[in-house]
Amino acid sequence: MSAVTKDRAEIEAVTPPTEPTNGAIASKSRRGERWKRFHRTRVLVLLMVPGLVYFLVFHYGAFIANAVAFKEYVPFDGLWASPWVGTENFSRMFGDPDFWHATWNTLFIAVLQLVFFFPAPLALALLLHSLSSDLLRRFTQSVIYLPHFLSWVVVVALFQQVLGDTGLLNATLSDAGLHTVDIIGNPDAYKPLVVLEVIWKDAGWGTIIFLAALMQVNEQLYEAAAIDGAGPWRRFWHVTLPSIRPIVILLLIMRLGDILSVGFEQMLLQRQSVGPEAGEVLDTFVFWQGIVGGDTGYAAAAGLFKGVVGAALVFTANRVAHRLGEQGVYK
Amino acid sequence: MSSQSPVRPAWMERPRPLTKAAKGVAVIIVLALVLIPFLVIVSTSLASNREVVDNGGWVLWPTEPTLRAYRTVISGGIVTKALGVSVALTAAGTLFSLACTTFLAYALARPGVFGGKPVLLLILFTFLFPPGMIPAFLLVKGMGLMDTYTALIAPVLINVFNLIVLRGFFQGIPEELYEAARLDGANDWQILWRVVLPLSKAALAVVSLFYAVSYWNAWFHASIYLESGHWPLSQVLRTYVIGGSQIADTGLSEAGQVSAPQTTQMAVLVIATVPILLVYPFLQKYFTKGVLTGAIKS
Repeated sequence: MSAVTKDRAEIEAVTPPTEPTNGAIASKSRRGERWKRFHRTRVLVLLMVPGLVYFLVFHYGAFIANAVAFKEYVPFDGLWASPWVGTENFSRMFGDPDFWHATWNTLFIAVLQLVFFFPAPLALALLLHSLSSDLLRRFTQSVIYLPHFLSWVVVVALFQQVLGDTGLLNATLSDAGLHTVDIIGNPDAYKPLVVLEVIWKDAGWGTIIFLAALMQVNEQLYEAAAIDGAGPWRRFWHVTLPSIRPIVILLLIMRLGDILSVGFEQMLLQRQSVGPEAGEVLDTFVFWQGIVGGDTGYAAAAGLFKGVVGAALVFTANRVAHRLGEQGVYK
Repeated sequence: MSSQSPVRPAWMERPRPLTKAAKGVAVIIVLALVLIPFLVIVSTSLASNREVVDNGGWVLWPTEPTLRAYRTVISGGIVTKALGVSVALTAAGTLFSLACTTFLAYALARPGVFGGKPVLLLILFTFLFPPGMIPAFLLVKGMGLMDTYTALIAPVLINVFNLIVLRGFFQGIPEELYEAARLDGANDWQILWRVVLPLSKAALAVVSLFYAVSYWNAWFHASIYLESGHWPLSQVLRTYVIGGSQIADTGLSEAGQVSAPQTTQMAVLVIATVPILLVYPFLQKYFTKGVLTGAIKS
């Protein structure tokens, strides 16, 4: 909204109102200005077209296709001819224990991720930042960024190979005469396992942003604190942490807004190994109901519910951040 | 990354030996946790059948390395075909995505473009409300894209994060350069090719890598949109390595050329990972430069 007003202000600043006495001519000249602006930037406008079409079709088109959540989808009739059923899909969903089970699993994993995965990159970044050898730091960075680029298929296969019944860990344990541990395919171990996987894959990559923030801390603050007699811990507590607080809060907001997404591909790959009781999350619930089970309208309702709650969460988290005097994701 | 000097500043105490040792151990543990799984898959893929069976399914260091598992996998035909699909898909997808993202980012980075601000708002809004799985599926189906490779590219053509990174990078190019090019008579299209793109190699390299990796690794869309004969490698990998089907049972290898299932599984895994490992070192140095300058400026 404000962008549009500002746009107009810009145009008016460039072109002095030629005929303020005659409204018709003024509006005509404004239209003329707009045409001129279009003409002047026509190459750029043309360059926008493919991208704009993509967003209109696959984002806004999909947005409209959410209408199926209020329908009884009949494949033969297609999306538009299928009969409307009002909010029946939603009332069915709220009474479905499987849906609540998936929601519970999602939130449980999200909280585990928040507690164990979220601080991991920060801790790693602090470790890397404190290394005095540039070479060692760069080498370590190169190594720990790498898992981010692997497919979830590869990561899950790696974990099976290392932590499985006959994997590296259990073989080592049994060679040492110790008890073996049952991790892969064990419903009780599933939630910690998936959090461990995401830490292995993305904690290293997550350090990039924290390292950049740490580099930007004003060196003089450390120096002043040291002269005032602050040891390493107090410098960390009173200089480092306050300096990187804005970026930590920003990332926390983004994570909170996305809390109902806990890694669809990762969960889908392993759901079968432990069954839906332990392994179903909202995204896999949508997939299983809609694409495997063919209950399209019902699955779309669950997906829409997740989307609306997610958008509300981003909005709320951002408001809270502003209230606390932080930057937030958007203004 | 080298903005911090490696020399200890005068005000900082000399680190205690205990602290130094603790840090060293921590770094070694982190490195080992990342690298050992890689070592295990490569070693297992190179190990002989007997060694794998004796050891219970995995090998840390093969005593008698052999390429037998790779020969088995390649002679089966399925992996080689899927590899071809993956390479073509990654190349085409990255090309289209990079072109559309660059064009859009460039137009949105220039001030005063007709319609620029509404379009930017329209795009940023999609961040708040990403398209759901079912609507996207119905859309692809409704457009008649089932069992086409277009279905794997078109719905994920532009990534908003990549778009914002590139736009931020383009905005960082000094306005004087645009002015100078314009005075030389260049139009916006020529400015893009002669001024903007040559100055944005780091950002373009990073964004290409992100797109290429995501196309290379993607399996979900392939699994719901494509017939199994048309699968890319990632989806083949998923079915044969995680799906639990034994490679020998699936016709993946020729009859009579039986390898221990673990060695062939690990060989497929290595084949799927090696391309990433190959491009990674070349692009790695651009990460911080390309990603952060772009992201921070926007």
